[in-house]
Amino acid sequence: MADKAAIRAEAARLMAIFEAEGAQPVETPILQPAEVLLDLYGEDIRARAYVTSDPAMGEAMLRPDFTVPIVGMHMANGADPARYTYAGEVFRKQEDESERAPEYFQVGYELFDRARLAGADAEVFALFHRVLAPYGLSVATGDLGLLHAAIAGLTTTERRKAALLRHLWRPRRFRTLLDRFSGRTPMPEGRADLLAKPDPMACDAPLVGLRSEAEIAARIDWLREDMQAAPIPDQEVGLLDDLMGLSESMTNVTEHLRDLAVDMPAIGPAVDRFAARAEALAAAGVDIDTLAFEGAYGRTSMEYYDGFVFGFYAEGRPDLPPVATGGRYDALTRVLGQGREIPAVGGVIRPELLLRLAEEAGA
Amino acid sequence: MTVKLGVPSKGRLMEKTFDWFGARGVTLARTGSEREYAGAALGIEGLELVLLSAGEIPRELAAGRIHLGVTGSDLVREKLGNWQQKVVELDKMGFGHADLIIAVPRAWVDCTTLDDLDAIAAEFRRRHGFRLRIATKYHRLVRDWLREHGVADYQLVDSQGATEGAVKNETAEAIADITSTGETLRANHLKVLSGGPVHRSQAVLFKSRRAAWSDEDRRVMAALEAKLGIGG
Repeated sequence: MADKAAIRAEAARLMAIFEAEGAQPVETPILQPAEVLLDLYGEDIRARAYVTSDPAMGEAMLRPDFTVPIVGMHMANGADPARYTYAGEVFRKQEDESERAPEYFQVGYELFDRARLAGADAEVFALFHRVLAPYGLSVATGDLGLLHAAIAGLTTTERRKAALLRHLWRPRRFRTLLDRFSGRTPMPEGRADLLAKPDPMACDAPLVGLRSEAEIAARIDWLREDMQAAPIPDQEVGLLDDLMGLSESMTNVTEHLRDLAVDMPAIGPAVDRFAARAEALAAAGVDIDTLAFEGAYGRTSMEYYDGFVFGFYAEGRPDLPPVATGGRYDALTRVLGQGREIPAVGGVIRPELLLRLAEEAGA
Repeated sequence: MTVKLGVPSKGRLMEKTFDWFGARGVTLARTGSEREYAGAALGIEGLELVLLSAGEIPRELAAGRIHLGVTGSDLVREKLGNWQQKVVELDKMGFGHADLIIAVPRAWVDCTTLDDLDAIAAEFRRRHGFRLRIATKYHRLVRDWLREHGVADYQLVDSQGATEGAVKNETAEAIADITSTGETLRANHLKVLSGGPVHRSQAVLFKSRRAAWSDEDRRVMAALEAKLGIGG
């Protein structure tokens, strides 16, 4: 691994490029309040982030990413539109003792822009594409907005759609729910018995804890509604699978999406956004005839992305983490903005991987 | 050099461990006064008995300060990340059985599976504005289990004792704890979720992958394994 001074210099080089694009350089604290990250990522983040405690802040984490503090900073006092760049260490526990470093540099570029969506996606991607062009990386793109739209358009109850959306980025759990909601697998054990009882609420034990009787009664009502709900039609499940199975160039996939939208009108607006983005990318000089698109790309990474997603990978090096990743995270600004929101897209590059690839290519 | 064997320093776990080794021709005994934590191993030349708290034995094995250790399989999995790279299970000893389970109020008639718990957690968070709390001291085991089963919107709150009381005291909505009989759960109006325990624990004889083994230590170990009828 390159020494830290060299990595820092490489980070500064990248940051200068981003600054030349009009990004304002910003810093974020390394110590982040744990509560915000826990509420966002759930308890799992404890297994990945370094947790410590501060007398004033309470539980704190060494920043596991920049996006959350940057969004927080922007929501507090940012202009619109705004471009930011930053560089510094992020910290991730590597409990499986893999070779991956627990502390590494990221250089980022984030764009908050209410007026342009496709244009902003294209700006960020084209910039990364240009900066990374000399390294011969393979590129993957995806669009979680298409999946969101497809799920929202299913013929089923709002509650089932919400459950599917909530678990979109946990593929196994998502599949279990989809199989159940489409009648391919039976309801969980005991549910039919419970609902068949004359008084499902009857119990010989007193209710303890904060969850109230009204909450339990409400869920029983929903379970009843769920039991009576018609299964999601096979044809719709098939289309959803087709969508997630797409793997083609961006040019070809646009045609395919148009075809899918005929049978799945709910994804129409998302397909329009996709097509507008493809056009904006082409206009920005990206060759979309060769740009790879995967329908399920982004589903297993951090859950805050909800639109365009991309990653750059060192070809033939599955041992290395992605060299760069990014995407759109409008929903995150909604969560952190407490009532306010702003469309946002950005990405990060790992400078030490660029040094390593350059070194290996030179050697 | 000697081969160091770490054994729980008190209680039934110590007695059962002594019995287990005794039945295999290796006599372990405390020495000195009743209160002195010193012990001796007879029947194997070069084996040294080290009396330790059961909870510290995983750490000592991982650090390689003891070669062998007897402790609960739950404690090793909880305290050591990636435990298989640090210790080896030589033999399950057949005592100290206890299950790590997740329990919720019995009056939650709508909750029997982890699937239910996940749905309830989502709704609980929406209504109450914070993630559903599960009181436990087994953070790693419970977190891994819940991730594997796709449960979200929960938080673990640390509870080092009297965990079953956490729900009634409204410091948690559910608990995850070791239970050997279930009576305490019933007394606290809780029930176990179906789908099997998070972990079935029992006392296990572990070998450290990190301890230094001299040739002499290896000879001691071979003699011990022959006596205990394990490994080889």
